[in-house]
Amino acid sequence: MATRKTSEPFWWLLFAAGGMVAALLVPVHLLVNGLAVPLGWTSISHARMLALAGHPLVKLYLFVLIALPLYHWAHRFRFVLEDLGLHGWRTPIAILCYGGAVAGTVATLWVLWGI
Amino acid sequence: MSEPRVERPGLYYPKLPTTWWLRNTNYFLFMLRELSSVFIMVFLVLFLVELYRLSQGPKAYGAYLETLRAPGWIVFHVVALAFALYHSVTWFKLSGVVQVVRVGERQVPPSLVTAASFALWAVVSIVLLWFMVRG
Repeated sequence: MATRKTSEPFWWLLFAAGGMVAALLVPVHLLVNGLAVPLGWTSISHARMLALAGHPLVKLYLFVLIALPLYHWAHRFRFVLEDLGLHGWRTPIAILCYGGAVAGTVATLWVLWGI
Repeated sequence: MSEPRVERPGLYYPKLPTTWWLRNTNYFLFMLRELSSVFIMVFLVLFLVELYRLSQGPKAYGAYLETLRAPGWIVFHVVALAFALYHSVTWFKLSGVVQVVRVGERQVPPSLVTAASFALWAVVSIVLLWFMVRG
């Protein structure tokens, strides 16, 4: 049987990397940036946050933190939709999910570039 | 040299009702684990918006933090945190099994790989916490 080349391994690799980044880094950021700072448990001033996010290494970190888990979402959500019975929509679902992750990556680059 | 292309036969899908994952606890937990990625994604998009507002100046940044103080967003972040923790726990438990680590001829037991992952998670979280909240 002839093997058909697919882009599956490429997306799976991004999924695995994104899942690892999400597992290691996201909970603490959710706690600090999603709850502690808005609720006033701790404060990160605009100047300090700007200085932090302006550092090239921190920018690289933020890029990895935000962009990679988007591919983790894309991969999982794609198969959730298929598992819920949307088999007839395989291709549009894949394009929408992975396309969304790529768009998010571009948006992340754009935002970080502007800081 | 490429072999002649052979069309793949159509994939077979068993016909299941959309609610198959409500049938037992394991299916339900599987679905929760998959859906955790949605909450993580939404949080990261919110965080990206915060960084964008940051670049617009102190006023815009302050206004955005004010928005995040709304009860709805706080509830969202609490729920998202629970999902994120569930993702981390299931991920590290699985990675111990998936990621085979060998020392010489011997395979490191999966439970040890998982334990090491949890330890790494704790250290990374504490370092980041310290880095973000200090003065």
